Amino acid sequence: MKIAVCVNRVPDTETKVKIGPDGKTIDKTGVNYILNPYDEFAVEEALRVKEKFGGEIIVISLGGSENVEVIRKSLAMGADKGILLKDDSQRDTFSIAKALAEVLKEISPDIIFFGKQSIDYDDQAMPSLVGEILGIPSITVVVKLEINEDGTVIAEREIEGGREKVRGKLPIIIGAQRGLNEPRYPSLKGIMAAKSKPVEEREAPKFENKTEVIEMLLPPPKKPGRILGTDASAVPELVRLLREEAKVI
Amino acid sequence: MAMKVLTFAEQREGRFKKSTFEAVRTGRKIADELSAEFYALVIGDENAEKIAPELGNYGADKVFVVQDQKLGQYSLTAYAKVIADVINKLDVEYLFMSATSMGKELAPRVAGKIEAGFAADCTDLKVENGEVIATRPVYAGKAFIKMKINSSKKIYTLRPNVFPAGESDGKLAAVEKFNVDLTDDDFKVVAFESVASTKGKLDVTEADIVVSGGRGLKAPENFKLIEELAEVLGAAVGASRAVVDAGWRPHDEQVGQTGKTVSPKLYIAIGISGAIQHLAGMSSSKVIVAINKDKDAPIFQVADYGIAGDLFEVVPALTAELKKVLGK
Repeated sequence: MKIAVCVNRVPDTETKVKIGPDGKTIDKTGVNYILNPYDEFAVEEALRVKEKFGGEIIVISLGGSENVEVIRKSLAMGADKGILLKDDSQRDTFSIAKALAEVLKEISPDIIFFGKQSIDYDDQAMPSLVGEILGIPSITVVVKLEINEDGTVIAEREIEGGREKVRGKLPIIIGAQRGLNEPRYPSLKGIMAAKSKPVEEREAPKFENKTEVIEMLLPPPKKPGRILGTDASAVPELVRLLREEAKVI
Repeated sequence: MAMKVLTFAEQREGRFKKSTFEAVRTGRKIADELSAEFYALVIGDENAEKIAPELGNYGADKVFVVQDQKLGQYSLTAYAKVIADVINKLDVEYLFMSATSMGKELAPRVAGKIEAGFAADCTDLKVENGEVIATRPVYAGKAFIKMKINSSKKIYTLRPNVFPAGESDGKLAAVEKFNVDLTDDDFKVVAFESVASTKGKLDVTEADIVVSGGRGLKAPENFKLIEELAEVLGAAVGASRAVVDAGWRPHDEQVGQTGKTVSPKLYIAIGISGAIQHLAGMSSSKVIVAINKDKDAPIFQVADYGIAGDLFEVVPALTAELKKVLGK
């Protein structure tokens, strides 16, 4: 089975966002970058599919040279080889999707994994958009995946207040949600092995952006709230304020 | 010819959600500001036609219905084809839909078909000099971007609970059936079953009120305090990452950067200290209440009202007081 995983490098969840000098992106100073958390579930699921069916896992990431870090981490978890699509320009979702799709088309995987969303721009678009560009189906926010010998796929995806079971067929794109599996930690042996696994570098194909960021803003500061008390005696006042001042209940 | 604006009016099992009405009302408002024609689109089985007129209450004068037995079950590939087909045949420029689990999956798929730029999970839309300027959260709400779409066709998904649906206008919309040719090949993926165990559970992204618990509850069984309070308020139950990681609560309840981002009218955080990734997911709530024994916990920085006390004493008292005043 030919398996591809697309991964992204993002600021970790503890990052305090500051606006960068261009006013349109974040200030990268002092930011700690990690493999996008949802991509860990994608890599793990790819490894499980390979363990069941055999085959090869190719990890793809689009971004600056530093994106090789997240490729290496995926290789350390057990993926076989990487492709870095080098690009330092500011791309929108559509332009990234087209570049990824162009490379994926050439590889022609049986199954492609993404994290359900990248925790920077939170579009949740890649599985669907790349799937549409490639003309193959996609299922996203997947928490359970079953692939059968005949190529049929049954996935459970999270929906409001529950899950739905979706059936499809390979080739397919899966957007991994937390809960799909428990990602393994790279072993020391894995980390060593990753160093000698091949990572091919290419210029990312250029595509036009369809959207334009005008400015990035921080959320309006909240005025400090009121501490009403330190025990249950403050409860009636809290309820009164919620009803009469905030008018939310 | 006038420009056209379309709202895809999501339904499941023959019912619209509140977020659908929000998307219809917003589509109508933007259409009026652009001096454009406005339509809604309902996709489904024979029930679609029956419920479509209801959208008149929220600003749709005319609703197109694409109806087929097989469309009774959500199929990403078939729904995307139908929406793209309607857009192309009617020459629609602006498409709106809810950023629900369906809308978030569907919008980029439609975008790919019609080469439309899109703005996901918008929290504000304004028309300035004939252009729509969208505001949407990034980094789970730690920042926002103002953006515009430059392609000729444009798609916007709207975060539920943010845009007003308004009062019902008491009008029924005219319904017109629209035919789209579908083959088996269009149904490459089909949602064939809802998993019953959690069916009907109120989701944190849709609820007006969310009551969330964290590590301060000390043990999973103590979440019954959260559940009892949630029940009195008709609220959804949420959880911090710490308790989800500990296996106390299912991950579909997790609020925060690697969970769900919510904007309810009331968010009650109980025993949650307020890690930055949790705050990102809930700080756009309209009113925030924090109950935590540590008065220096960061959650009090974003809370409108706080009680810096022992939750095991305060929460039962709050549940009892609410029962009394709400007459339950």
